[in-house]
Amino acid sequence: MISKEHLVALQTITYKETRRFLRIWVQTLLPSIITTTLYFLIFGTLIGSRIGQMKGYDYMDFIVPGLILMAVISNAYSNVVSSFYGSKFQHNIEEMIVAPMPGWVILTGYISGGVLRGLIVGVLVTIVSLFFTDLNIAHPVMMIVVFLLTGVLFSCAGFINAVYAKSFDDISIVPTFVLTPLIYLGGVFYSIDMLPVFWQNVSLLNPVLYMIDVFRYSILGESDIPLRYGFLVIGFFILSLLVISLRLLNKGVGIRD
Amino acid sequence: MKALEIKQLEKCYNNGFVALKGIDLDVKQGDFFALLGANGAGKSTTIGIVASLVNKTSGSVRVFGHDLDKDPEAVKRCIGLVPQEFNFNQFENVFDIVESQAGYYGIPRKKAAERAEICLKQLEIWDKRNEPSRELSGGMKRRLMIARALVHEPKLLILDEPTAGVDIEIRRSMWAFFKKINAAGTTIILTTHYLEEAESLCRHIAIINKGEVIENTDMKGLLAKSSEEIFVLSIEHTVETIPVILGCSIHVIDETTWQVSVQKEAGIHALFNELTTLGIKVTGIRNESNRLEQLFLKLLAQKGRNYD
Repeated sequence: MISKEHLVALQTITYKETRRFLRIWVQTLLPSIITTTLYFLIFGTLIGSRIGQMKGYDYMDFIVPGLILMAVISNAYSNVVSSFYGSKFQHNIEEMIVAPMPGWVILTGYISGGVLRGLIVGVLVTIVSLFFTDLNIAHPVMMIVVFLLTGVLFSCAGFINAVYAKSFDDISIVPTFVLTPLIYLGGVFYSIDMLPVFWQNVSLLNPVLYMIDVFRYSILGESDIPLRYGFLVIGFFILSLLVISLRLLNKGVGIRD
Repeated sequence: MKALEIKQLEKCYNNGFVALKGIDLDVKQGDFFALLGANGAGKSTTIGIVASLVNKTSGSVRVFGHDLDKDPEAVKRCIGLVPQEFNFNQFENVFDIVESQAGYYGIPRKKAAERAEICLKQLEIWDKRNEPSRELSGGMKRRLMIARALVHEPKLLILDEPTAGVDIEIRRSMWAFFKKINAAGTTIILTTHYLEEAESLCRHIAIINKGEVIENTDMKGLLAKSSEEIFVLSIEHTVETIPVILGCSIHVIDETTWQVSVQKEAGIHALFNELTTLGIKVTGIRNESNRLEQLFLKLLAQKGRNYD
């Protein structure tokens, strides 16, 4: 049952998480803006002008949605993985475990922090993109929804990584060897129509592809994959990762002897 | 009502180590209770289970009548924990740490800020409220953990070696503070390696050894079991022959310093009478170790032999 105390506790964790990433904004907010600006500059302006059009759009317009979402993904993920692992490392996660909060409050608090950071960076990167292209957002509400869903999904993924991490090295393995390839092969820089059929089918196993595709639809109004499949896949992954995260937290994996 | 009721509590860690072998323990409401034992005896595991930081293998725990398995949130609301190791975020400032803890217990932000202020002032670290916790001294860090544990006004305060590594002055002031909050109605469970601390503060005591409770009684009753006391005497002149005194055994530390073990029934008066008769003048005396320490070591030694 959800009580008033639970909501206060949830608000406290969310506030604490937000305060944390705002306090160290040079490490949390700024890098994505600089990296994405470089992508816009190099792939969009310099190389993009030679590539020409992609699916009827200027190359710059085509890559903007993917680059914005890439920033959301990496920030939501890294916020939760570093904050939760940091709490484990310093043992201050015990402050929450001894308090009368069910697991879902703790999990939702961390996810809220990840989503907020992803959202703030996403908005900032969107603003930066306006310096490079005229962004006509076709479906603004859907854009916000995809922002939030992506933030939730990758916050959960970051949480699971942090639960199993035993050292700071462990929290960089997944982003380097799993997340980055999934993002780069998820159609940020190209349409999957360009791939041979076999690799198109392989690409369909990549959940990031669906997110980028749905997000691209919300901005450009066109997608490679039918929208309903996109939302189904996103929903499936969110539900799965939420259930796994909550089970790990309730069992105390990695945090209770 | 019992503040804490533990029955047949067992803990076996994943590596096979059995930390608790079915202990029973009761702590009365309002008590100041000492939980003693050597390193690795099972004290911190017991506290960890009660505070939900460690999963138990079997047995039951009730706190103020609430069952840990059936109503863990009610149990947690009753408990304030001061752990052995510093476990706050080193990068957060002092006030935020205490205020956030109140929030975790469901106390709204405005009230949480008021409670945090009261606790930090009580523990005399209010002037450090805006400093990052990592910049506090060891004693201040201990007091920060106490303030954090008290912010939700727990009925049961668990102190796991709360004065470890702090200087004597701060330790004494912390003792006075613990006595004050105990007198105001907070039940306190204390683990410590400073047995003088337990003897001075606690009314009841349990001793854990190798996962079993080997003594569980009131402090007066336990101290009454003490059969001897050890004193260190400074004598004025060197003595050629060490005297033999009934009920006492003398061990020479150096020419003018003796360690004397005095049987309780013989009494220190008999020792001084005999020394005066022999013309030996004592210029100084000190109690080498407190009574609880002697009993504690004796009990552990007895059990150690049994186990071995």
